[in-house]
Amino acid sequence: MPRPHFEIVEHTADAGIIAHGSTLAETFAHAAEGMYALMVDLDGVREAATREIQASGADLERLLTNWLLELLFVTETEGLVFRRFDVEVEGTSLRAVAHGEPLDAERHELGGMVKGVTRHMMEVVPEDGGYRARILFDL
Amino acid sequence: MTDWRHILQRVDAYRWELPASYKAGMRVPARIYADEALLAILLEEQAIEQAANVATLPGIVWRSLAMPDIHWGYGFPIGGVAAMRVEDGVVSPGGVGFDINCGTRLIATSLAERDVAPRIMDLVNQLFRDVPAGLGGTGTLVLSDPELDAVMMRGAAWMVERGYGWPQDLDATESGGCLAGADPAAVSTRARQRGAAQLGTLGAGNHFLEVQVVDTVYDPAVAARFGISAPGQVVVFFHCGSRGFGHQVCQDYLDVMEVAAARYDIELPDRQLACAPIRSDEGRRYLAAMAAAANFAWANRQYIAYWVRRSFEHVFHRTAEEMGMHLVYDVAHNIAKIERHRFEGADIDVCVHRKGATRAFPAGHPDVPERYRDIGQPVLVPGDMARYSFLAVGQPRAMEETWGSTCHGAGRIRSRHEAKRLLKGVDVARRLADSGIVVRCHNRAALAEEASEAYKDVANVVDVLERAGISRNVAKMRPLGVIKG
Repeated sequence: MPRPHFEIVEHTADAGIIAHGSTLAETFAHAAEGMYALMVDLDGVREAATREIQASGADLERLLTNWLLELLFVTETEGLVFRRFDVEVEGTSLRAVAHGEPLDAERHELGGMVKGVTRHMMEVVPEDGGYRARILFDL
Repeated sequence: MTDWRHILQRVDAYRWELPASYKAGMRVPARIYADEALLAILLEEQAIEQAANVATLPGIVWRSLAMPDIHWGYGFPIGGVAAMRVEDGVVSPGGVGFDINCGTRLIATSLAERDVAPRIMDLVNQLFRDVPAGLGGTGTLVLSDPELDAVMMRGAAWMVERGYGWPQDLDATESGGCLAGADPAAVSTRARQRGAAQLGTLGAGNHFLEVQVVDTVYDPAVAARFGISAPGQVVVFFHCGSRGFGHQVCQDYLDVMEVAAARYDIELPDRQLACAPIRSDEGRRYLAAMAAAANFAWANRQYIAYWVRRSFEHVFHRTAEEMGMHLVYDVAHNIAKIERHRFEGADIDVCVHRKGATRAFPAGHPDVPERYRDIGQPVLVPGDMARYSFLAVGQPRAMEETWGSTCHGAGRIRSRHEAKRLLKGVDVARRLADSGIVVRCHNRAALAEEASEAYKDVANVVDVLERAGISRNVAKMRPLGVIKG
C-alpha cells in the first residue's frame, strides 16, 4: 500500500504533520502540502498561479522550517494558497515552484491559520528507504 | 505515562507542587493551581512535564507556575508563568509565544439587552464588515515605514493621537498601551511586511469579537467602579494580538536564541525553550523587538476598539459617548515584562514571562490605573463562544505567589481535529442560533474547533483562582453575538 503524503498530528492547542517521501524533495513537497491541508481543503484549490520559492538553512531541519516560512510569507502578503509543489533539493538549499490560487473565502473551505513553524519535536529522518519529516505548527 | 498522582505533592485543595527533585536540572519546584477535577484533566497530557522543563531555565525564581487553564504548548506550557532574575536569568521567546501581546479588551456600554437584542443581526453584520477577520484579512489602514516605526515605539497612543480612540482609553490599558524600550531596528523587514496591512484585523483561530450581556454581578461595588452596573447591560469583549508582525518577531528570534543558547552554554531539555541571558545582546534585542510587537498589538486593539464604537454608532444612530462606550480594560496574556517584585523580604527585578497568563495586580499597586488603584486591576478571562466570560480583579496573594498573575481563559481540552470529529454533522452555528447567539464567521466548518466541547468550563478555572486568593470574580457575561475568523 502506498504511504500517504502526510498525516495530521493531534496536539491540544496546535497541530502538526508527519510527511513521507521517497526522496528529500518529495518529503519537503508533501510537508508543504500537509501545511496547506491544515489551512484549506486542498481538493477545492485550483492551480491558477505559480510562485518560485528559494530557501536554504544550516541543516535539513532549518531548511524545512525556512521552506515552509517562505510559503507562509507569500500566503500572508499575497493571499495565495498552494496545493502542489515541484521541489529540488541540493544539500541544504532548495528551489521550488508552488502551484495554487488566490484565497477565496466564498469558495474555499478554510481551516486554521498557521502562524508559525515551531522547533518542538521537529525531525527530518530516513525511513524505509525514503524520508520522514515531523513539524508542529502554531495555529 | 508518568504517574503524576504519586509525584505531585498536595499543598491544599487548589495548589500542587512538583518537587525540584523530580527531574535533573530543575532549579525550583513547579506549582500547579487546580482542584481535583481540573487536575484530573491536566494529568492526561504533558503540560506538567513542560512546567518542569521551564524550572530548569537559568535565573528562575520561586516556582515554575501553572494556572488551571494550562495545556500543552511548544516548549513552555500555555498557562504558565515564570520569573527570571534580570541579573543572571534568561529571556525566552517561547515563554511569550508566537502571538506577542495577544490579549483581550472589554468595552462597556450603557445599552441594555432589550435595546440591542432586536438589532443584534445588524450589529453583528456591521462589526463583521468593520473589523476584518479570518485567514489573510487585511485592515483599512496601511502604514508607511515611518508610521510603522512610530506604532512600534508608541503603541495605542499613536492611534489615540490620530483620533482612533479616547485619551482615557490609554489609562485603562495595561502599561498605558506602550511598553518602553521598543526598537524598530531589532525588527526584521519581513515582520514589517507581514504587519503593514494587518492593523485593525482580528485574525483567525481562537480570536474573537463578542457582543455580550452581563449575566451575573458577584461584587456590585467593584463592578460599578469598572462601569458594570447590573445584569442585562451590554458590553463588547474581544481577543487578538500582534498578527503576522508578532509571529515573525517570534520566529526570527527563535533562530537567534537557538544559536545564543549554545553560545552561552545553556542546557535545554527542549529546543523550543531556546533563550539567552536577559543582559546579553541577544536578550536585549529580543526584548526590544518584543516590545515593538507588543506595541503593535496595543495599537491593533485600539484601532479595533475605534471601529467597534463606529459600528455601534452606525447601527444605533447615537454617539459612542452617548452610549457610554468607555474602555473597562485591556490586558496582555502573552508577554515578558521586567518588573520589580517583593521576594523574601527584598525588592528584586525579574523578567516575568506570562504565556497564556494575565497580569492581576491587586489594590494599591502603582501600575494599577489611578481610577482603579484602591480596588485592583481588572482581569479579563474569556470562556468559549457558547457559554460565558468573566471579569475579575487581582488579589494580594497574586503578588505573594504568582508574580501578580492569574489565568487567561478556559484552556483547551480537545485538539481542533478531535473537536471537529466529535461534532461531525453538527451545525455549530445553528446550535448557537437556537440558544439565542448570532454568529458570523469566515469559516463555518472551523466553528466546531471553537465549540464548548473543545474547552474546559472557564467557570471552574476562575473559581479555583478565587478560592486560592489569586483573583476574585466580579461579573459573568454571556455572548449575544459572536464574530470569528
